[in-house]
Amino acid sequence: MGSHLVTLFVILPLAAAFLNLLIGRKMKGAPDILANLATLALLIASVFSVFAVAKNGIFVYKVGSWVPPIGIAMVLDGLAAFMLVTVNLVAFLCTVYSVNYMEKFTSKWSFYTLFLLMLAGMNGVIISGDMFNLFVFLEIASVASYALVAFGTEHEELEATFKYMVMGTVGSLFILLGIALMYSYTSTLNMADISLTLAQKGLGNITLFVSILFIAGFGLKAALVPFHAWLPDAHPSAPAPISAMLSGVLIKSLGIYTIVRVLYNVIGVTKEFTNILLVLGVLSMIVGALLAMGQWDLKRLLAYSSISQVGYIILGIGIGTPLAIMGALFHLFNHSVFKSLLFLNSGAIEYASGTRDMRLMGGLREKLPITGWTSLIASMSIAGVPPFNGFFSKLIIIFAAVQAGYIGYGFWAALVSVLTLAYFISVQKNVFFGAPSKAMLSGRDVAKWDDIKEPPLFMRLSMIALAIICIFGGLLLIPAVSGNFLNAATEALTAGRDYANTIFGSLGL
Amino acid sequence: MYLYFLCLILFIVGIYCILRKRNLIKIIIGIIIAEYAVNLFFALAGYRIDGRAPIYSQDQAIANMVDPLPQALVLTAIVIGLAVTAMMVAIAIRIYEKYGTFDITKIRKLHG
Amino acid sequence: MSGSKRQEKGMTLIVKTITRLTVGLILLYGIYILLHGHVSPGGGFAGGVIIALSFIHIMLAYGKETAFSKLSKAKASLLESLGAILFIAIGILGFTGGYFFFNFFTDKGEAFRLFSAGIIPLCNIAISMKVGAGLFTIFVILVLLKFKTGGKDPRQGS
Repeated sequence: MGSHLVTLFVILPLAAAFLNLLIGRKMKGAPDILANLATLALLIASVFSVFAVAKNGIFVYKVGSWVPPIGIAMVLDGLAAFMLVTVNLVAFLCTVYSVNYMEKFTSKWSFYTLFLLMLAGMNGVIISGDMFNLFVFLEIASVASYALVAFGTEHEELEATFKYMVMGTVGSLFILLGIALMYSYTSTLNMADISLTLAQKGLGNITLFVSILFIAGFGLKAALVPFHAWLPDAHPSAPAPISAMLSGVLIKSLGIYTIVRVLYNVIGVTKEFTNILLVLGVLSMIVGALLAMGQWDLKRLLAYSSISQVGYIILGIGIGTPLAIMGALFHLFNHSVFKSLLFLNSGAIEYASGTRDMRLMGGLREKLPITGWTSLIASMSIAGVPPFNGFFSKLIIIFAAVQAGYIGYGFWAALVSVLTLAYFISVQKNVFFGAPSKAMLSGRDVAKWDDIKEPPLFMRLSMIALAIICIFGGLLLIPAVSGNFLNAATEALTAGRDYANTIFGSLGL
Repeated sequence: MYLYFLCLILFIVGIYCILRKRNLIKIIIGIIIAEYAVNLFFALAGYRIDGRAPIYSQDQAIANMVDPLPQALVLTAIVIGLAVTAMMVAIAIRIYEKYGTFDITKIRKLHG
Repeated sequence: MSGSKRQEKGMTLIVKTITRLTVGLILLYGIYILLHGHVSPGGGFAGGVIIALSFIHIMLAYGKETAFSKLSKAKASLLESLGAILFIAIGILGFTGGYFFFNFFTDKGEAFRLFSAGIIPLCNIAISMKVGAGLFTIFVILVLLKFKTGGKDPRQGS
């Protein structure tokens, strides 16, 4: 049974998506139940997979019983299990949130169908052990996310979607071109087999070119700084649970995970690549934070801050020591949690007050206590204030940077952390503290002050759950609590090109 | 060898079209051109001199086939391209419905 | 356009007559391509596209009412979902042989025969349902989009 678990992550969301399309139109309420059950099952399965990996090591699944270099392989190792937990945790809480939030849209079943298709794509990217299969799943997730960003079909949504689509498609083209070149050089598509062939044939100039194409293509998906232009438009335009999914996990599973997997486990990381990653990471960090400071639109500010935080992760990956990689992966998990919480909060604020402009808000703490508290926890967490999880991951990254001799990069990381604190304090001050704004008291452009009330039950539940994870997330660093959760993921990356031997070893070849 | 360079030129034409044109439909056409250049390149990667189509047939000796795998992959890529193109055209039509124009310089509700 | 006087009812008599003669053949050809996908070039996607084209052909020549009487939008959407679920179901049935998408037929037939290759023809049928219905729906949605507010009809010059 153990190894069949791997296929569940693709089968279940796909089956649920199309069942939803089939029955959702007729039965009201069925889409909610079906989607929530599916994501809950996926969350349980992904947590279970962490324990299964800790016990048995790597799982390699032969689709259709074709042996991997020829057939398609699905691989579940420490890193994949870690990413699956991250993705499915956020996905489950977002579907819970959507039960109430998506009431205002007419076709809820099509929302859930697209949501589950996007989830299937992300899970597929994570467990795929085959380059082209990875590309196909990446495109499934991308196309579903294009549709979801445009879900509101208003002026802004459509414009943002078009921008996102053009840039996303160009990114996909770079990736496809890279895969084509890689195939013509190594005559294989299996990632482990590519790695072995490259070890025999030597890297050569073509691999360098392919790596650049991959960094550009996956970097576009991850919104690293020279390629970030689509993100601040696309993420705020989507409905709140989708913004949470896009900023929380989509850019990570489609962008960062793929970069890391390809560079570390397939091509093999060298000094040139890590230098590129370091520069891209620091650039994203600084530019994202500076641009976030000038924003008045709450969701747009959060989107810019995503760029900045993704910079931290890439910086950690670029430093490349085991400690730095662990810090980067931990920050990836933490960022998924607190950024999705912040986006869900912004959705709750918009749900209650009808606006995203921070100049029109103020004093909302009185009316929205749960949103206010959870938002405060998430803001402090993202800014790196001690008891919360964001502090530990940033500390590890900065510490690892200093330890590896990149003192300058460590300094920038610390400085950006202070900037992050600055703009999140300004968010808290403008939105939740202080006196209610004139616009709110008079009810012009926004909901009237007396009409503002806490969002419904399911929205509150998912925000509280995420806030609890923010508070206790730091405990994951203690091995007794997290088991092998972080360490197994770090080991999978630091093993580098030993990945291929592990895979073929587990197949008995 | 020159075939690969022709592919590259086609790709550059597509990218130029995406970057320089102001009409939404022309941008979509640019994406299609770039996509087909990549597909063409992929199919060429599996070509061998005087190769035959990789179809297994009943009473012919199989010799000198081109590599069938890139062709299968390109077919998949074309299908994905179809989905993306359909989606893009649908969005472009909706944008026209809202803004009354295809000119991207006039479609500017988003700031920053 | 010469058919502008009776726009709802489709194109001219010539087009309609030729459509009546050819559309069945197009559909038949699509089914042929679909069913022989595992022994000759073709398969689910190509077959599905041609099947969808036959319906689109009817729609272009006779107008949307006639086309919807053959295949309504709700029915196309249903077929599309059914195709996807059928495809996943075939994959899941592979677990009876121990693996996802395992070719579980013990008797895979003889090469170059219509009834051979195990699950591949079944997969082709599922794919063609998905692709055919999906393409038809895409075409319908793009062509019949109603312009509600703002903007002008793009067909009246630009």
